[in-house]
Amino acid sequence: MNLAIRDVKYRLGRFILTAIGVGLLLATVMAMGGIYRGMVEDALSIVRAPGADIWVVQKDTNGPFAETSRIPDDLYRVMRAVPGVREASPIAFQSLQLDYGEISIRAQIIGYRPGNLGAPPAVAAGRPLVASRYEMVIDRKAGIPLGARLPIGRMSFVVVGLTEGIVSSSGDSTAYVSLQDAQELQFLKANETVRNERARLEDDLKANPTLAGLPAASLTSITQNSNLANAILLRLEPWAESTDVARRIERWNHYRAMTTAEQEEVLAGNVIERARQQIMLFRIILLIVSTVIIALIIFTMTMEKTRDIATLKIIGAPNLKIGSLIMQESLSLGLLGYLFGALLINLTYDYFPRRVAVLAFDQYVLFGIVMVICVLASLVGIHRALAIDPTTAMGGGA
Amino acid sequence: MAAVAAQNVSKIFGQGDSQVIALKDADLSIEAGEIVALMGPSGSGKTTLLRALSLIDPPTSGQIAIDNQLVFDGARVLTDDRKLRRQRMGIIFQAYNLIPFLTTLENVALVLTLNGISNRQALTRARELLMSLDLGHRAGIYPATLSGGEQQRVAVARAVINDPAVILADEPTAALDTERGKAVMELLRNLGRTQHAAVIVVTHDERMIEGFDRVYHMTDGRITNH
Repeated sequence: MNLAIRDVKYRLGRFILTAIGVGLLLATVMAMGGIYRGMVEDALSIVRAPGADIWVVQKDTNGPFAETSRIPDDLYRVMRAVPGVREASPIAFQSLQLDYGEISIRAQIIGYRPGNLGAPPAVAAGRPLVASRYEMVIDRKAGIPLGARLPIGRMSFVVVGLTEGIVSSSGDSTAYVSLQDAQELQFLKANETVRNERARLEDDLKANPTLAGLPAASLTSITQNSNLANAILLRLEPWAESTDVARRIERWNHYRAMTTAEQEEVLAGNVIERARQQIMLFRIILLIVSTVIIALIIFTMTMEKTRDIATLKIIGAPNLKIGSLIMQESLSLGLLGYLFGALLINLTYDYFPRRVAVLAFDQYVLFGIVMVICVLASLVGIHRALAIDPTTAMGGGA
Repeated sequence: MAAVAAQNVSKIFGQGDSQVIALKDADLSIEAGEIVALMGPSGSGKTTLLRALSLIDPPTSGQIAIDNQLVFDGARVLTDDRKLRRQRMGIIFQAYNLIPFLTTLENVALVLTLNGISNRQALTRARELLMSLDLGHRAGIYPATLSGGEQQRVAVARAVINDPAVILADEPTAALDTERGKAVMELLRNLGRTQHAAVIVVTHDERMIEGFDRVYHMTDGRITNH
């Protein structure tokens, strides 16, 4: 006769409510795990999206995500000549505020040469960039529809395509535009700024006897140069070894060349490391809180059965029977709570503002942890149950 | 040989100045099929003796034999006194102490399953016993919905289902009115005789005195006469 099943059946309503409470707590643990995974996936998605093997960035920097990197956009021509390089193309990144009607979002603008490296891996709706100017492919998460017209700075873009699941390390939507558009957004200065800088340059030229008389406007191509990129993406020949090619570029071309794996390491290890640690710590704290709460629930459930347990001892129930009653109830509570939590998180993770990556592996591991927690929690109850004096069941007479 | 034999059984609580002698050199011997009462005022040691005999709270000294087996000889003889209780004893409580999350039928069958009998057999035997006690119609309900008299009859059924050598009842009629108390006592007497078990009933209710083979009187921890 299974006492745990009968006890649960008898107090079914309360047991289910308690399990729902535990489930909500476990759903929070799962959400934190999903946010943790999502943060890593988000951070890596932007590195993986272009499908590059090597990222060439400014020397002595960890660009373009962890640090600023500026390099000439025509460097890709040089890179093409490096043995083992099959494709090379410049790419530019910039964070911007986009306003579309009521929608106001932060977006990571990615500029690339249409038809070359740097394009989104897939377009879920619409088409990729075709024209060299004023077109945009934006992530669906931004909530901006196909065909929408978006004014940015002095330009106006038409949304021609939508991607899915490509976001920046901070979870912002990505928006792909042509390299030239991105360069102008990033590097082209406003008219007033150009005028002020030109006036300042003219003063500097006058003050320098060797340059005196040189018109400032003649230096515009130098001072107003927008032919810059944040990185050059390289795709290698199948036979080429990425680390060898990267070391060769660093040695002979004086740029920093990072393999995609190194770029991922920089992002995961530096850019989001503290946030990751924070979430991991919070997750551990939640698990400890869950352990304490489940232990308290089991302890309380055991306390409520003090008289029944004492009676069981008097009529001869062995400790194993009493212990298994408590442990089975604890495991049932954990199992039901876990199922409720898993159901809840699987139904709702899509509605979180940032990506929540609920992985089957993580759920299996958490299930194992919950079962261990329940066993540990039940030990508290079992300890209490075994300490119950059987005379508690009898009257207080002497 | 006696079904229950106790010799020089004493129980002392506390130590030094706070020492309380709850039971002093109690001797008793009850044959199988015999029904005896332990009577006395509150604090006289009746329940202490019952707890000692069942080894729920073993005595400090003395000897106890149950069903011809020495179970206490100045110290515990058995390694598992619960086995003794579930196999050879039936215990009835003043407050019935039915397990609230088990149905009437399951409460009665529980002792059998604890003794290794299969659920199906245990439930069948429990149902037969409840039917014989006119409680068959209450088999599927929880104890909380039973009247006090019904609960105590179910408790009696639980105590006798394993054919015990000894039935120990602690104030079984204290929470019942006279009529229901007498009915429970009648049931206990009949079952004790039918099953050839030694029945010891702790009571201070003089109304229930009829029908006992012997009555032990207790005062200040001593058995004064029988």
